[in-house]
Amino acid sequence: MDTPLRVGIDIGSTTIKMVAIDADNTIVYKAYERHMSSVSRALKALLENADNALSAQAMRFNFTGSAGLRLAKYLGAQFTQEVIAASSALRKHAPDTDVCVELGGEDAKIMFFEGDNIEMRMNGTCAGGTGAFIDQMATLLDTDASGLNDMAKSYDKLYDIASRCGVFAKTDIQPLLNQGAAKSDIAASIYQAIVNQTVGGLSQGKKIRGRVAFLGGPLTFSSELRKRFTEFLSLENPYLPDHGEVFVAYGAALEAERAPMTVRALFRQVDSYRRRHNDSARKTMPPLFAANADLEAFKARHAQADVPRHNPRDYRGNAYLGIDAGSTTTKLVLLTHTGEILYSFYRHNRGNPLETVKNALREMLSQMHSDIVIRYAVSTGYGEALIKHAYALDDGEVETICHYEAAKYFDPDVSFVVDIGGQDMKCFKITNGVITSIVLNEACSSGCGSFVETFAESLGHTVETFADMAVEAKHPVDLGSRCTVFMNSSVKQAQSEAATNKDISAGLAISVVKNALYKVIRAHDVRAEYGEHILVQGGTFQNDAVLRAFERETGVEVVRPRIAHLMGAFGAALIARERSRLDTRSTMLDEARLKAFTYTRKRATCHRCHNLCALTINIFNDGEKYISGNRCEKGAGINVSYDDIPNLYLYKYDKIMAYEKKQNLTDPQARVGLPMVMNMYENAPFWQPFFEALNIEVVYSDRSTKALYERGQDSIPSDTICYPAKLAHGHIESLYDKGIDFIFYPNMPFNFDESAHAQNHYNCPVVAHYPEVIEANLDHLNMGMFLQPYVTLNDDAAFVKSMKKALRPLVDVTTKQLKKAYHTGIIAYKAFRKAVQKEGDKALEYAREHDLNVIVLAGRPYHIDPEVNHGIPKLIRSLNVVVLSEDALNHRARRDHVDVLNQWTYHTRLYDVAEYVAGLDERVNLVQLVSFGCGLDAITTDEVKAILERNHKLYTQIKIDEISNLGAVNIRLRSLLSTMEGVKSHG
Amino acid sequence: MAEIVRENGRVVFTEAMREAYTILVPHMAPYHFDLVINAARSEGYKAELLTTDDYDVIHEGMKYAHNDICVPAMLVIGQFINAIKKRSIDVDKTALVLVQTGGACRASNYISLLRKALIKAGYPDVPVISLNAGGLEKNPGFNVTPRLLHKFHDAILFGDMLMQLVNQTRPYEITPGETDAVHKDVVDDLKAYFNHRTLFTWRKHKRQTKTIIGRFKRIPVDRSQIKPKVGIVGEIYVKYSPLGNNHLERTLEQEGCEAVTPPLYDFFLYSFDSRVYDIKTYGGPRKEKLALKIFVWYVEIRRNKIRKMMRKAGYEPGIPYKAIKRLTQGFIDVGTHTGEGWLLTAEMIDLIRHGAPNIVCTQPFGCLPNHIAGKGMIKKLKKHYPESNIVAIDYDTSASKINQINRITLMVSNAKRNLERKIG
Repeated sequence: MDTPLRVGIDIGSTTIKMVAIDADNTIVYKAYERHMSSVSRALKALLENADNALSAQAMRFNFTGSAGLRLAKYLGAQFTQEVIAASSALRKHAPDTDVCVELGGEDAKIMFFEGDNIEMRMNGTCAGGTGAFIDQMATLLDTDASGLNDMAKSYDKLYDIASRCGVFAKTDIQPLLNQGAAKSDIAASIYQAIVNQTVGGLSQGKKIRGRVAFLGGPLTFSSELRKRFTEFLSLENPYLPDHGEVFVAYGAALEAERAPMTVRALFRQVDSYRRRHNDSARKTMPPLFAANADLEAFKARHAQADVPRHNPRDYRGNAYLGIDAGSTTTKLVLLTHTGEILYSFYRHNRGNPLETVKNALREMLSQMHSDIVIRYAVSTGYGEALIKHAYALDDGEVETICHYEAAKYFDPDVSFVVDIGGQDMKCFKITNGVITSIVLNEACSSGCGSFVETFAESLGHTVETFADMAVEAKHPVDLGSRCTVFMNSSVKQAQSEAATNKDISAGLAISVVKNALYKVIRAHDVRAEYGEHILVQGGTFQNDAVLRAFERETGVEVVRPRIAHLMGAFGAALIARERSRLDTRSTMLDEARLKAFTYTRKRATCHRCHNLCALTINIFNDGEKYISGNRCEKGAGINVSYDDIPNLYLYKYDKIMAYEKKQNLTDPQARVGLPMVMNMYENAPFWQPFFEALNIEVVYSDRSTKALYERGQDSIPSDTICYPAKLAHGHIESLYDKGIDFIFYPNMPFNFDESAHAQNHYNCPVVAHYPEVIEANLDHLNMGMFLQPYVTLNDDAAFVKSMKKALRPLVDVTTKQLKKAYHTGIIAYKAFRKAVQKEGDKALEYAREHDLNVIVLAGRPYHIDPEVNHGIPKLIRSLNVVVLSEDALNHRARRDHVDVLNQWTYHTRLYDVAEYVAGLDERVNLVQLVSFGCGLDAITTDEVKAILERNHKLYTQIKIDEISNLGAVNIRLRSLLSTMEGVKSHG
Repeated sequence: MAEIVRENGRVVFTEAMREAYTILVPHMAPYHFDLVINAARSEGYKAELLTTDDYDVIHEGMKYAHNDICVPAMLVIGQFINAIKKRSIDVDKTALVLVQTGGACRASNYISLLRKALIKAGYPDVPVISLNAGGLEKNPGFNVTPRLLHKFHDAILFGDMLMQLVNQTRPYEITPGETDAVHKDVVDDLKAYFNHRTLFTWRKHKRQTKTIIGRFKRIPVDRSQIKPKVGIVGEIYVKYSPLGNNHLERTLEQEGCEAVTPPLYDFFLYSFDSRVYDIKTYGGPRKEKLALKIFVWYVEIRRNKIRKMMRKAGYEPGIPYKAIKRLTQGFIDVGTHTGEGWLLTAEMIDLIRHGAPNIVCTQPFGCLPNHIAGKGMIKKLKKHYPESNIVAIDYDTSASKINQINRITLMVSNAKRNLERKIG
């Protein structure tokens, strides 16, 4: 009883841990609980137990953990930052540790120990959670964290899964599930994604090597996650502490030094904190329903939007089937001739849409009167093509069109449809019976319904009860409205401020709505922009709290059909009815063939071009094949006719890559490496001839691939920078293998000054100065051969001056030669631009001749890199559409003014091409490619949209990042095309 | 209501408006704008500083600005629209002013975003005045006369000095609140100072400077406990604005540190000097180059005098602009001047070398220049200065404060540990 016990209490994002140690630093008591968002309550319970287990002696307490900070401040208790606590525990038990990887509920940390010096990295606001991420992914695979670990044990193949946040990963996992990839492979891939994220996002240029320690719940409990780390980093004998899950609390206990107090005394303090902080000053909003009467009126109003039903057992005659194979759920609707619902089906597909549809169809057939004749069946949604092929349906339709059909049933004048589903958000505006603009959520802004669901489950509720709780909330918490990760942190904060689950639930509902309105739809005044006939649907709107929040935020009384979750299938069934003929039966498989229906899957890689699409081949029991995952029809084994359709992206890329092979130097005085990144895709036609004129041979870096990206991944200092910039690291690394004399990557703050109306001609800061980042972060390479002069191509004197300074130490060049070479380069560059423009004219001419649609894919020069654009240009061409680039047409625009400061050359091209496209006929449309993280595109997208819409043109935007899921892109493009057709026939 | 004149679509601030209109000024840097506003008022403008920092501001910003735009634009636009909405009666007599930096950073586009937001919010007739050095836009009702310019110059000088005095005094004050009280008194007293009608009032300025330093000097302090110094660098708005950085200086002080925020004037000198560089390297008008060079030279003469006085009184005034610029050697080229450019790197080096190796590098989420000169340089700095302890914090309207604080706490814990090791 001489030395008081020391106690460490670690309050993390999801759990609370407590450790008591004696004078010998031996653990005498430990506890580990999930706090279910109620920190103070959980702490009270924990202390109560501790009080029973430990005698009433006084102890030294020390708090740690992200959610413990505020509490400790209030209690006036000691607080040690969690990383410091972890490192002091490590010093005690594994002093030879070089690197420590700690994954927590939402934090990821790496600590580097170098002698006395500790360097620590924590995940930034954008790097998604880890423990929470695993939970979310486990739910997706219909298991829990330990189940996921078991699954991963028997994997044999890894897939690419983006790990930045749950939403990205889901977008990658869902198609894999839908295509029937083995769950064990996916589980292991999820762990690999975490490894990639930790190594790529956190190590930021420092290698993880030597003795590595693993800390935190996920690494302690998941053997497979540890295995992925160990294999990927080639670690030997990593250190895993005995009490890994409470290790940080143990560290805090070691550091405890304040005056001792009893557990009872602390308990009383926590209790008083709890009483005071139930009405703390956190940001709250008014309740969703002020009085019960409001709720009743609200419910009564929405009950009216319904479709009559008919018992399938006493109906005879014609019926029409719609199947909506969505990303997470499968929906079926069978209609009578008069539009009554005979049968409906809504279920999670649990990653297996084919099986789910089969069961649904068999269930439907078993309930039907034998005299019902299905005349026509239409599929829609993500799995549209697959389902149509598998079950021999009559037709397929893009989901937006189906939704519009369904919406018209409820409100013929519908002007705006908002669909918030499990993980995607689709909105479209209707003018004169034509879908005029489609808004889909981009990968970063989704986190819609399934996010609420995951949250509900993590707080121990079902979605339904969670929604009911929200309706009762008195003080909804303001949780902000960005992505899932941010909301996770906001919830964490609310929890630490003792918000109730009711208030959190309501806050989440409001956040979903704000996300939809301000982030995706970007409407400041929905009523003015989209009219008053608004229809909302999708599973998420089943939640009354979300619906209420939407109505309140927009100030419009909207229609939510009772069948809001079935709308896609309902619309498909309506379309089936419209397209059917009375004399033919549906081609759909009958009961007997359905029963016999089986399928097998194979995976393969298509080698017909550089995209190397990962194909999934479904082979059905009748020998029919269905291939998915292909960007173009070639992958489906079809010899295609559209190779002649112009694709400027391909043309430009091939042309630029050809400059490397064109050279004919017999005895070059040096070999220079050019990294094929960023503005090199614009300027290579200058640099190659320039260097050739100086008798210097140009060598390109390797073509961009995922593997090349991963090679340079660990030196990327900023995890939120755009993918084209991140790729630069791998390119530079690859150049060092090529036996060159020096690498040339100039800083170019200014671009070509090519239009008179622009106020300036800058490059974006990243394009302009990325060489500086390369030099500062690839210091393991010989930077002596890395040249990064500041160069302008607008002025020969200035150019020669800086190039002379840069090149002279390495090669023999005179001012005269440089000047001559400069002009050679400029002539070649101009010829290149001319050629592209001419090709653009030819493409337009081709489209006119063959009566084809045209999409001007407006982006930046570096978007021609197939690793950056993920084969989107090819995908567009496979839809029989001519693809043009922004720089093939921008010179034709007659512009003198834009509403923003027009000072970046590449942006000026965007505005110009938008203006030009706006003046062309309805067969030509613009799609803007935007790289995730591009701060400047926040400005350009608005302006391009404004230019187009002023001229009644459609605006479509595709956001791209390192992920390469084309499912959403496909829907967007097909909707655009079907809208274009609509405009054409109405126009 | 004055007649609305438009030029290229934008509403011009006319002569007639000058008398009748109230100009709303966003609070971009607390120490400086308190004085800038007085400078503007003394020249006959009805200027009003926006000090709101409640939730509505962020909400309005989200509603009317692109959600991917950086937090400074979001907050400034939100602050304006919030203010207009609150005083909807005299919206006909309201104008806005915004500092426009120019350059390849998207910040130079704030003004067009603000105009778009105003149209969206239903105030298409509110003129927005661009305050810029590059002559980007002209407004007949708002002339930056040499005297006004000089008053702004004085305001920035005093602002920088006040910022340094407060930061170097407040953490050590014996009576809590005393430093802030003195600061407030000084700002009040300076109102009269700006009423002068002459240019180049160095004698007055000198007397004033002396008085101010003296007043701070008289605050009883206890400097026996050595506190770690933490530098604040980063994107210009979130670096200075408490609304943008969640009251970072205060937070650091509460954690037991002394905040070191580099002077704002360095940023202006850097901007002018960058223009000089561009003209020299890529061509441009020689006259402009010469004028800018003279301006930088003149400002530095004045600042040197102030620095001398501060140093004499025992305060750390920072090093001359030229010395800061020299620090970039071996780290980053001075051609990197989009956004805060090389100045950001140089400030970090300056801080590390002058007793504040602990640094918070602030940036709005997705800030492009900071990818280069901020985050991009940390590794190199760490290599050359192993004692450096830098944390990069992304600021964002929706980012959780707890996450920011957690990371700052970690940096502070490190700072304290390093300090202990150094002393002990």
